[in-house]
Amino acid sequence: MTEPVLKVEGLKKYFESTSGGAFSKKKVVVQAVDGIDLEVFPGQTLGLVGESGCGKTTVGRTILKLYEPTDGKIIFQGQDITRLSRKKMKPLRSQMQMIFQDPFASLNPRQTVGALIGSTFDIQEITPAGGVMKEVQRLMERVGLNPEHYNRYPHEFSGGQRQRIGVARAIALKPKLIVADEPVSALDVSIQAQVVNLLEDLQQEFDMAYLFVAHDLSVVQHISDRVVVMYLGKVMEEADKADLFSKPRHPYTKALLSAVPVPDPVKGRARERIILQGDLPSPVNPPSGCVFHTRCWKVQDKCHTDVPQLLELSPRHRVACHFPEPA
Amino acid sequence: MKPFLEVKNLFVSFPTEDGVVRASDDISFTVARGETLAVVGESGSGKSVTSLAVMGLHNRKSTNISGQAILNLPTGPVDTISAAPEVVRKLRGKAMAMIFQDPMSALHPYYTIGDQITEAWQLYNDGSKADGIKRAVELLDLVGIPSASKRVKEFPHQFSGGMRQRVMIAMALVNNPSLLIADEPTTALDVTIQSQILQLLRDMQKEFNMAVILITHDLGVVAEVADRVCVMYAGKIVEQSNIDEVYYRPDHPYTIGLLNSIPRVDSIEGRRLLAIPGQPPSLISLPPGCSFRPRCTFSSLVPNKRCAIDVPDLDEKNSAHFSRCFLTEPQLVQLRTPTGVQS
Amino acid sequence: MLKFLAKRLSATVVVIALISVSVFMIFSFLPMDPAALTCGKACNPVVIAANRHRLGLDVSVPVQYGRFVKGLFVDRTWGEGAAKFSCPAPGFGYSFNRHECVTQLIQDAFPVTFSLAIGSFILWMLLGISLGIVAARKQGKWQDKFATAFVVAGVSLPVFVTALLTFIFGIKLRLINPIDMGRWVSPFSDPVGWLKTYYLPWIVLALFSSAAYTRFTRSNVIETSSEDYIRTARAKGLSERVILRKHTLRAALAPLLTIAGIDFAVLLGGAIFTETIFNLPGLGRLSIRAVQIDYDLPVILATTMLAATFVVVMNLVVDVLYAVLDPRVRVG
Repeated sequence: MTEPVLKVEGLKKYFESTSGGAFSKKKVVVQAVDGIDLEVFPGQTLGLVGESGCGKTTVGRTILKLYEPTDGKIIFQGQDITRLSRKKMKPLRSQMQMIFQDPFASLNPRQTVGALIGSTFDIQEITPAGGVMKEVQRLMERVGLNPEHYNRYPHEFSGGQRQRIGVARAIALKPKLIVADEPVSALDVSIQAQVVNLLEDLQQEFDMAYLFVAHDLSVVQHISDRVVVMYLGKVMEEADKADLFSKPRHPYTKALLSAVPVPDPVKGRARERIILQGDLPSPVNPPSGCVFHTRCWKVQDKCHTDVPQLLELSPRHRVACHFPEPA
Repeated sequence: MKPFLEVKNLFVSFPTEDGVVRASDDISFTVARGETLAVVGESGSGKSVTSLAVMGLHNRKSTNISGQAILNLPTGPVDTISAAPEVVRKLRGKAMAMIFQDPMSALHPYYTIGDQITEAWQLYNDGSKADGIKRAVELLDLVGIPSASKRVKEFPHQFSGGMRQRVMIAMALVNNPSLLIADEPTTALDVTIQSQILQLLRDMQKEFNMAVILITHDLGVVAEVADRVCVMYAGKIVEQSNIDEVYYRPDHPYTIGLLNSIPRVDSIEGRRLLAIPGQPPSLISLPPGCSFRPRCTFSSLVPNKRCAIDVPDLDEKNSAHFSRCFLTEPQLVQLRTPTGVQS
Repeated sequence: MLKFLAKRLSATVVVIALISVSVFMIFSFLPMDPAALTCGKACNPVVIAANRHRLGLDVSVPVQYGRFVKGLFVDRTWGEGAAKFSCPAPGFGYSFNRHECVTQLIQDAFPVTFSLAIGSFILWMLLGISLGIVAARKQGKWQDKFATAFVVAGVSLPVFVTALLTFIFGIKLRLINPIDMGRWVSPFSDPVGWLKTYYLPWIVLALFSSAAYTRFTRSNVIETSSEDYIRTARAKGLSERVILRKHTLRAALAPLLTIAGIDFAVLLGGAIFTETIFNLPGLGRLSIRAVQIDYDLPVILATTMLAATFVVVMNLVVDVLYAVLDPRVRVG
């Protein structure tokens, strides 16, 4: 049984901020991530899905220590990095990288592509065999960019190409874990497939683990091996991909799946549609008991008061619900 | 009975410093009341530009528009392209209405939603502000906003994204339009909210018997709500048919490519996405011949390298199924498998 | 809301108190001796010492400050016996150079400054905003280019240059009489005279300030015009005029009004250059004379504190005003 590249236990991240208008300021606590467990294995993809305010982006960033965790444990390659200082984290960062959502905002417009990708080597003080420039060009070619464009600036590339630059930068040091935060959401449909395929190929080639954070269930279904569904900072359901998508057992997962439009008119017309009422509650003021109870069609008294535990209802399939759907 | 909207040979272009951007190139389609036409395309396909031209929302000084967009009103047909701007303005918000993508920024932050809806109503109805607010509350109720009579006094920033889009829809419907254009109405919304809004649009269409144009890039959304589809690429319509035809018997390599490249929640395990290579072209310097040729994996099947020389016409390949491609129907059939879309 | 106001008002009082302390302290560290300046040619150490006692400068600085603060609330007296005199509360002290209670001096000077401020304010707002709107709507055309040139000139020319030039032309063309300008004319008793006195200084100040407002207005209107909610308004079928008036301007001008408030408050403290050049007996001229010539601490203290009070209070007013205009800023 292989060891997970990443193991997260009871992770919490709360943000403090002030709310209110110009005339009254109140301190509020946003419980962005409220106790989640994760495991990602080498060469595998864990998909993290949810809607606005579910905390998935915060999870990704906290795991990489871009935010300091409020509570819980992060174990990377067997080492507890939860309380590690910035200095001690630095050498580990070559092994854990991030790909960002916005190809326009995540690249420094004043640096050339070559410098952007090459800076990863400089920061880690690693000189690849043959020199930085050669390696950068090799990486550019690998992700489908023309290596002769080494000296061009980000604005001279299209959105899809810029995302490839981001990928090249992330894989430069052959990390063991990549957190991909909505890597294709900002791209045109016909380009999304190109980047998804690239990510899959690279994963096979370098045996990297992916934490794939996204709201688009279709993409998550395609690329993940295992999927975690989040809602308001908590895990609702967690299972292997095939299980989750064919036999969802949490009402939220069921509703979420039925809401995803499928490019198939006949199937679409025949599908059982569960339409949730109401809005997503704000993470500043999460509902009591089960956080989903305000929108759940199966809600009962217990759901208002008791927080459901994440229980393994069938092998490798965990659900946090008092009244889960039948198997 | 003529369809409510008839668009004929619509051309929209913008002269810029670098050249002329041919944003909409020879667009023709119709939409009848009670029918939903989806205009599908990616960025730069011209899908929004076309609808803005129908609504008369382009800046006439910096845009060249030709062709016709005829609204078959009960009082007689009006071509919004050639009619005087004042005439077209009086049709906006009344005979034709439009809702946009980002509900966060589409409402004025300083006025209550009651005021904004009332403003739309008072434009075409004689009545006091109190009457307007009454009508606004009716509509807010209709679109599913709880405690409508209280919330009508609130400001846009006090509503969530999904609620704001409902407000936008209510505002668009206040004068019983016959045509509703929805430009990416759910793109900025979460998926569970998206299905609420799509359901609402379907219900409202029935309620008001409207012709609806839905502009989107999401082929899943199209399958869910549309009756007919126009697929656009680089400013031109490349395929046009009813919904089942496009999904089960696509007749254009771009459409086939798109359908093969999108991941699906219900798909078979282990299928690799068949990506369309390359990128959409610049609308200033389009390639010669067919605009899609540089990315088309089947252009070699057309003899004499015709795809690089001539621009194909929008031909009727099958009854009411049009495609802009030199490939013949038998060739296209071969490119799709019998059980779905693969190639 | 009330809590907010209470907090802000108490902060205001603290700021003003701190300013008064600072001015006092700066004065006490300066090497000049006000007592020595009071007696001209017939000076000898005995007279100076006597004057120093009369001026109340022979006690320590904190005591001086204490007396000053007391004078704000209670009538204050100077001297003994036959030479005794007093200034009623609220009193900022006594000006030995001018032989007047400072409060009286302020009372005389303030209407002049206020007339100057209110007229130029209205003029520059009208000019600046209209020019800005025209420039925004005719972006790139000659109206816009003219407005930009105007802005550059207005911002680059120092106010005293404009004032001097205007003054000289005013004299040459016999539009103004410097002696008349030195008298206060009430707009209630002699409106024409009032206008004649102030119209040229108004033009000077308006030219100077409107340039900035042209620029603000132009860029705000351009930015607001490209907002999504303007597109929505167009889609609703509203006419361009209604859109400009109700939608664009309301959003574009709101931030401007808050800046304008502060500018007005600053002007209330005295327009030093303009008043001096045009010989207007306002707070600006009063304060500059007290600093440069008379070295008159009570007057300086009073004008400084007054100017600071205007700005701080206006700051508060402007914040409240902004909340009235922009609902997003109100209580969340």
